[in-house]
Amino acid sequence: MHLEVVGIKKTFIAEKQGKETFAIAHIDLRVKEGEFVSILGPSGCGKSTLLRIISGLEKSFEGEVFLDGQKIRKHNHEVGLVFQQYALFPWRTMRENIEIGLEIMGMAKLDRRTIAEDYIRLFGMNGFEDQYPFQLSGGMQQRVAIARTLIMNPKVVLMDEPFGSLDSQTRNDMQEFLMDLWEKRHVTIIFVTHNVDEAVFLSDRIVVLSKRPARVLRIFECDSPRPRDRTSKVANDMRREIIGILRQERMEPSAVSNKTLTV
Amino acid sequence: MGRYLPLLLLICLWQVVCFLGIFPSYVLPSPIEIVKGFHALLTTGMPPGHLLYNHILYSLYRVGLGFAVACALGIPLGLLMGWFPQFYRLFSPIIELVRPIPPLAWIPIAIVWLGIGIRSAVFIIFLGAFFPVLLNTASGVLSINPILVDAAKTLNATQKDIFFKVLVPGSLPSIFVGMRVGMGVAWMTLVAAEFTGVKEGYGLGFMIMTARDIQRPDEILAGMFIIGMIGFTIDWLLRTWESSVRPWQ
Repeated sequence: MHLEVVGIKKTFIAEKQGKETFAIAHIDLRVKEGEFVSILGPSGCGKSTLLRIISGLEKSFEGEVFLDGQKIRKHNHEVGLVFQQYALFPWRTMRENIEIGLEIMGMAKLDRRTIAEDYIRLFGMNGFEDQYPFQLSGGMQQRVAIARTLIMNPKVVLMDEPFGSLDSQTRNDMQEFLMDLWEKRHVTIIFVTHNVDEAVFLSDRIVVLSKRPARVLRIFECDSPRPRDRTSKVANDMRREIIGILRQERMEPSAVSNKTLTV
Repeated sequence: MGRYLPLLLLICLWQVVCFLGIFPSYVLPSPIEIVKGFHALLTTGMPPGHLLYNHILYSLYRVGLGFAVACALGIPLGLLMGWFPQFYRLFSPIIELVRPIPPLAWIPIAIVWLGIGIRSAVFIIFLGAFFPVLLNTASGVLSINPILVDAAKTLNATQKDIFFKVLVPGSLPSIFVGMRVGMGVAWMTLVAAEFTGVKEGYGLGFMIMTARDIQRPDEILAGMFIIGMIGFTIDWLLRTWESSVRPWQ
């Protein structure tokens, strides 16, 4: 498996106001099988848009996305997407949320139940199968969302600030949970975040984006062994450097192309 | 129990006022006379021979039919309008024009078109229920968080899957609101609709109008009370149904 993002450019056009917003200037990215890549950048820089483009949800953009050499034309289960707001179906129980992809595939009820059971056990969520999302904690809801995506065996999983709305303790637990899962399942993950600590703790590579319109500022390789120590010297040095880059990016005056153009 | 105390006091006061003869009983019958009137509706009927339960069944039949047609058309059309903006643009000018016309204002033309009888009564009731059902369904679809649709898409959902697995359940809460409001309006238009739908000689609206014709205010008031109680019961049934089909909040 490999994923290639080539020459992505994106401009949003708000027809009513006649305004164009230049969201992504130019992004190239290559992701290898089993890799954990974080995309880090100032808020509103187009990170989520990039994920939507890779997932095939976004229709109008320049550039191309290839999965195993095949161009991605339409959203499908080979590229999974996990949302910050969990996006669980409130009218479905946990089990029904996890099963929905298999249900759409047309799998028989008993078969999908068996598979869902495995995930519920693997994710440590036994006993909550028949609860509705509103009855679950934020961390549990996000685990359900991850299970719902993984059950489809995607070749790559995109995560859009998945732990962004969790409190810091739950966030740490979820990071460890995700690390564990990633090691066991050898999934390929592209992980969008604006949290530097999170990126340093989790990633093989960190892609730092500029503010809007987004382009790649730097790519960091993190090869320190896992499980990682959040306060090791390597981690601290990398954090310091990334924070410095982001601070400088914030201070710099906007480029001309960053302005909203009136058509 | 304490909440019903003011009501109980009001009834007692009413009885006292009638006992003192402040109003003649052909204007304001006492609560006791109304209970007797209720008994007469049950046993003798109004007009005699036309018993209360038959009036109730006819009214329920008309309201049920009008309401069912309103749901059968309003829910699918509302789903389409909520999902396809073109559909919304196509229909909304027509709806905005027709909706402000009170259902009762349709009675004369309904009689011209459909004659006196069940068809025009059902038509009026249908008009009362249709718009709340339609508009609430459409706004229910519009209120669905678009990321749920995106989530379904990344799980391979086709348009059909999105319709049945996201739009329908997602708009169900609003559909229920529409049905409850629609049923309320349908029940309100019933009495007037039955001015036109009385060929059979039955219906709660027909019953209280007949009671008026022969100067029986006790039976009018008993009939009004029954109409209110049935309306309340139907709403309670819909609410119960709602909480059993959608246990999520």
